[in-house]
Amino acid sequence: MVGMADSGGAAATDGTPRRDFLNLVTASFAAVGVGAVAWPFIASMQPARDVLALASTEVDLAPIAEGQAVTVMWRGKPVFVRHRSAAEVTAAREVPISQLPDPAPDQARVQKDQWLVVLGVCTHLGCVPLGQKPTDARGDYGGWFCPCHGSHYDTAGRIRKGPAPRNLEVPQYAFTSDTKIRIG
Amino acid sequence: MAIGLHNSDFKNPVVRWIDQRMPIFTMMQKEYGTFPTPRNFNYFWNFGALAMVNLMIMIATGIFLAMHYTPHTAYAFDSVERIMRDVNFGWLIRYVHMNGASMFFIVVFIHIWRGMYYGSYKAPRELLWMLGVVIFLLMMATAFMGYVLPWGQMSFWGATVITNLFSAFPVVGDWIVALLWGGFSVDNPTLNRFFSLHYLMPFVIVGVVFLHVVALHITGSNNPLGVEPKGPQDTLPFHPYYTAKDSFGLVIYFIVFASLVFFVPNMLGHPDNYIPADPLVTPAHIVPEWYFLPFYAILRAVPDKLGGVLLMFGSIAVLFVLPWLDSSPVRSMRFRPIARISFLLWTVCFFVLMYCGAMPAEEPYVTVSRIATAYYFAYFLVILPLLGRLERPLPLPESIARAVLGGGPLPAGAAAKPMEKA
Repeated sequence: MVGMADSGGAAATDGTPRRDFLNLVTASFAAVGVGAVAWPFIASMQPARDVLALASTEVDLAPIAEGQAVTVMWRGKPVFVRHRSAAEVTAAREVPISQLPDPAPDQARVQKDQWLVVLGVCTHLGCVPLGQKPTDARGDYGGWFCPCHGSHYDTAGRIRKGPAPRNLEVPQYAFTSDTKIRIG
Repeated sequence: MAIGLHNSDFKNPVVRWIDQRMPIFTMMQKEYGTFPTPRNFNYFWNFGALAMVNLMIMIATGIFLAMHYTPHTAYAFDSVERIMRDVNFGWLIRYVHMNGASMFFIVVFIHIWRGMYYGSYKAPRELLWMLGVVIFLLMMATAFMGYVLPWGQMSFWGATVITNLFSAFPVVGDWIVALLWGGFSVDNPTLNRFFSLHYLMPFVIVGVVFLHVVALHITGSNNPLGVEPKGPQDTLPFHPYYTAKDSFGLVIYFIVFASLVFFVPNMLGHPDNYIPADPLVTPAHIVPEWYFLPFYAILRAVPDKLGGVLLMFGSIAVLFVLPWLDSSPVRSMRFRPIARISFLLWTVCFFVLMYCGAMPAEEPYVTVSRIATAYYFAYFLVILPLLGRLERPLPLPESIARAVLGGGPLPAGAAAKPMEKA
């Protein structure tokens, strides 16, 4: 009981700031500790290295004739690669930028005029728009038409009519040769 | 009981609002704040809290491992290797889970040993003790099924050997084995059900742990003297005295745990389990995980299939009736000179069996196992019942406070008063 009496005496003089300091240090240590323990668990739910290793896709453009389009899988999502005709390119470039809901010039959306590469995911709620097959409905602007909620995209993959807020996303890609691209 | 809002003592308005409607704060305050706890605990009394923390760690790491694991014979091994190599911090989570099982058994073995040495199983704590034995059995089943999941050679052959134990039972044996396998051998259906049950069992353990704690908080804790607290001078409030003592023990526990995980993560495992399961090739020397070795040695000590299986299960079943086999009214071995030596010898036998279980089934290990097995059971079935009648225990202290504070006779009032402040 001698020890208790001692600490009681210390509390009377300078015990309060000391106790506050100890509480603060303990709480900070606990917070850092909890964070350090939680971090590996949270990080383990992020994409694993084997998932990231499969994050790019190569596409051979040679067999795609003018007017044709192919759909490739990239990161679990469809990517539309369309070989555009001269008329389609002209149509995309004649539209005044000011008329577009999400203004972007066609030139900024392609690396080579005839090749349009966009994510085939409607920017409204994630459906896959129609328009890849010749028999598909392509909407009012000759690009793609999303059947879920009626969004119309043009030949540059830009939103023209309907509820979608943004143009079809252009993924990062590069021409590895004249007839090959690597997406991602 | 009165209907209406609970009469809460809490000042904080939010806490008070909740507490009036659902008095969990009052309950926590009563059970973990002011809870009167014997003042003379030694560090053996840390291990219940450590086991609780260990169970939470196993559940947390297990849930995250299950996000990446594939319970199929064709993918299980590779999915575990993927966890080790590709999943962010997967190696850490798996090593914590793997070594956490070993830590859990270390902690629980010490916890059980504590109960046996200090007579914590005796009246009125028999049910508390039996619930503990139930938890131990559930842990063993959970650990066994968990070890099968990586689908390595030891997983497969361990599963084969352990499930075949049940074939020893007459009439129903083969039916039980088929029930465990879901086929004609350990195969994909077995792996699937083991995964399902391995995920379920920890939550069953949580339930029984809850009952274990409920029973504990009715009888109160035993203590190193084995003498019941007689008044406030014999106890301390759980907080801050034992929250602080448990926290210190927890830090030591984490140091040991982290040393295993970061420096020797595979020391307690078997290298053969990093070879994918092959139903056509049995490893030259099958051993279970270290925590099953004493029971495995008992199994092998008996030259009869059914006898070995019965004795192995009996070695744990006997714990259920321990409170009635030990008829001495004195709890703590500190005051039982002969029982103390007998029990320490039993402890030695436990480690001898553990050693023999890891050795090949040949001489001299078989004979040594038989002697140790005989003593293991003799302690429970012969020595304890006899000592209850024959042994003359040392004089017990009058009270915990008297024993702890020492000195001559204290005036009762003077001893009680300063304690009340604490």
